[in-house]
Amino acid sequence: MITGNVVHVGMADLKVVHCPDRLRSVGLGSCVGVALWDPVTKVAGLAHVMLPSAEGFSSPQRAKFADTAVDWLVELMMERGGRRERLQAKLAGGAQMFTFAGKNDLLKIGPRNVEASRRALAKWSIPVVAEDVGGSTGRTIELYSEDGRLWIRTVRGGSIVL
Amino acid sequence: MERLNDRHLDALREVGNIGAAHAATSLSVLLQRPVRITVPTVQLLSFDHVVDAVGGAEDVVVGTYFRIGGDFPGNLFFILPAESARVVLRAMWGEGSLGDDLQSEMAVSALGEMGNILTSSYLVSLSDFTHGKVETTVPAVAVDMAQAILQVGMLTADADSCLIIHTGAHIEELDIWCHFLLVPDPEGLMPLLTALGVHGG
Repeated sequence: MITGNVVHVGMADLKVVHCPDRLRSVGLGSCVGVALWDPVTKVAGLAHVMLPSAEGFSSPQRAKFADTAVDWLVELMMERGGRRERLQAKLAGGAQMFTFAGKNDLLKIGPRNVEASRRALAKWSIPVVAEDVGGSTGRTIELYSEDGRLWIRTVRGGSIVL
Repeated sequence: MERLNDRHLDALREVGNIGAAHAATSLSVLLQRPVRITVPTVQLLSFDHVVDAVGGAEDVVVGTYFRIGGDFPGNLFFILPAESARVVLRAMWGEGSLGDDLQSEMAVSALGEMGNILTSSYLVSLSDFTHGKVETTVPAVAVDMAQAILQVGMLTADADSCLIIHTGAHIEELDIWCHFLLVPDPEGLMPLLTALGVHGG
């Protein structure tokens, strides 16, 4: 029985842990959880991004934006024993919580967050091996450093494992 | 935003008070029961703590959301916790299990309409009180985790926190609570304070 700690990753934050700890983000709506894992050293990292790009923001919080968060997360993973070429990514979140979006672009930020996360990962040549994104449902996720599995719970659909 | 003084906070509390009082009157008419509102709180909260005002991050709520345009851009939420929403539906539709499934089309539509009426009352009073132009779009409604719903109100915030004007409403006869959260955009705050006559200390 693995008994690691559960480390909470809040909005606009990111964390890196070693086996057997787990990383958890609750209530992802339009936000995206970018999960990285190195299967050899079992280093796991999770970023909880809110917006697609830091462009146009002065002195941004790096973990808040998909582009800067992925860069930072990869750097941290490498410092903590991960190897870039071994890293694999899983994505969850990026929903459109309100369906009658009309002209309000804020309500459509979820899919843009997903796109920006994919682009940022592609820049590092990190493959997205699984994802549960989009839709109109909130998600709580947990990344297990032990085997890289990503557990996802929704209000309507119960839970799944990627 | 950290430069808000006591006069600013008082003025913003008054906004929360007047807006929610109007909305509570509408709610009271709708449910034919007295509704009491709390003293509003005005707080600068980190993103993860915004949800504390209405319950846990993963608690299921019915959320009605208004994006506010015009002189004071921002966001307004009416949040009804799942249990309260079921009680409200029973009060409106009579006893029976019709209202137990909050995801049903009828439930979402009824609760969305109610949210629409209440948030509109709130915004009309905001406009009257400030003599400002308050533009609204069609309200949106969702039934899901509280944090996932409130997230949309934080997208226009500053780096890592946002200002929340929270007013609770209590319907004692039904033993339920609901919540109004006004989240001004950072650039909407100063015009709002100016309209309230307290800008510049």
